[in-house]
Amino acid sequence: MNGFDWSAARDALPLVLEGFEVTLLATVLGTLVAAVLGLAIAIAGRAPSRFVTVPVRVVMEFIRSTPLLVQLVGAAALFTFVEPLTIGIVVLGIHYSTYTSEVYRAGIDGVPKGQWEACRALSLSPRRTWQAVILPQAVRNVLPALGNYAISMFKETPFLAVITVQEMVFEARKYGADHFAYTEAFTLAGLVFLVASYPTSLLMRKLEKRLGH
Amino acid sequence: MSDFFSAFFDDLPQLRSGLWVTLQATVLGALLALLLSFVLGLMSVSRLLVLRGVSRVVVEFFRGTSLYIQLFWLHYAMPPLTGYELTPLLCGVVAFGLNYGAYGSEVVRGAVNSVPRAQYEAAVALNMTPLRRMRKVILPQAWVQMIPSFTNLLIQLLKCTPLLWLISAADLMTVIQQLRDRTGETLTAYMTLLVTYFVLAYALTLLMNLLERSAKRRLGLQTGAGSLLRGRSAAEAVASTAGGAR
Repeated sequence: MNGFDWSAARDALPLVLEGFEVTLLATVLGTLVAAVLGLAIAIAGRAPSRFVTVPVRVVMEFIRSTPLLVQLVGAAALFTFVEPLTIGIVVLGIHYSTYTSEVYRAGIDGVPKGQWEACRALSLSPRRTWQAVILPQAVRNVLPALGNYAISMFKETPFLAVITVQEMVFEARKYGADHFAYTEAFTLAGLVFLVASYPTSLLMRKLEKRLGH
Repeated sequence: MSDFFSAFFDDLPQLRSGLWVTLQATVLGALLALLLSFVLGLMSVSRLLVLRGVSRVVVEFFRGTSLYIQLFWLHYAMPPLTGYELTPLLCGVVAFGLNYGAYGSEVVRGAVNSVPRAQYEAAVALNMTPLRRMRKVILPQAWVQMIPSFTNLLIQLLKCTPLLWLISAADLMTVIQQLRDRTGETLTAYMTLLVTYFVLAYALTLLMNLLERSAKRRLGLQTGAGSLLRGRSAAEAVASTAGGAR
């Protein structure tokens, strides 16, 4: 029993913040993958043929219902020749795209039917229908939800430490092991999460209100 | 592949105990989370500012610091700090319970607030005590609303249980990893693990749908047999996770 050692916490801070940069990088790139892939999946889900929509739904459901950690560890064990950070970003992105695709789907469903009919009446091509009419309206509706998933993903980035990505928790754990100061290192990492995610979530709530949800 | 499955069947007892650890963590963690959801959720709709404030702080704290950190903190940081040491499984149960309890309290709060105001007023007009009003009028209606969101949280909790492997509780993931190390069948091992989790997730969803059906029946709402087999509804999945991040 040795209480909380403030000087150890001070020592650990630079390392933890260094790891935080990697955490942020993974979150931002992972969110990008999830945002783009999710949209592609949502559009594929509306394809006219069942040979497209059913397999897409099954795969999505499978990825969504199984643990991210197992997916990460499995991917890292199979693709040993790829850098861990890349695997982490891709797996995070794919896992979250199964959530974001539902968000987009809801957003697309929320575009009034009259808009689709108007596009047909104007005989716009499918490409132009999506690009100029449907997506601009749908994406506006889904922004807050996407932001909330980014925050969720941020809080799940510690999973990347398991596949040896040197992000914040990896650094905290290493510092803890080297100096036998797990208490200080993990407390610090937890506080960084809290300090970073709480204001962002307040911001999302504000955005949501402004967009009139 | 046959190597893996012959090892798989040789190791059935270990697998069964691993599955048991995973299920225990899921069920006990979910029960603790359910209890906390109601305590924190009902505190947050209380008229007393103190109760609302305490609930807000606790909820934001456990949602804002990552589950992963909470688990590691309980496992690594708590013993030197307090002198108490929890078993790995108990660490998992407490961390899952606290984290998902915080998310669940928002579900309870939302559901209680969504019960029409007139119901509340009618209960006051009938001179019901606050406790009776909550138990007989508000909660039975709110409960039906909570179940779909709780289902999503339960599946998310299940999906977090492989974390137990990291704090050396001999859960399902640990056992299958050992099989993989012995046989070298990486793809088969992880696919087996994923499929097992998928089946567990579906079984839990089905059970929760049954629960929802009985709760609806009690309110005299219509339920078709089809409602049992449907998966988690997409809109609800979005709402609960998005709400969770807030």
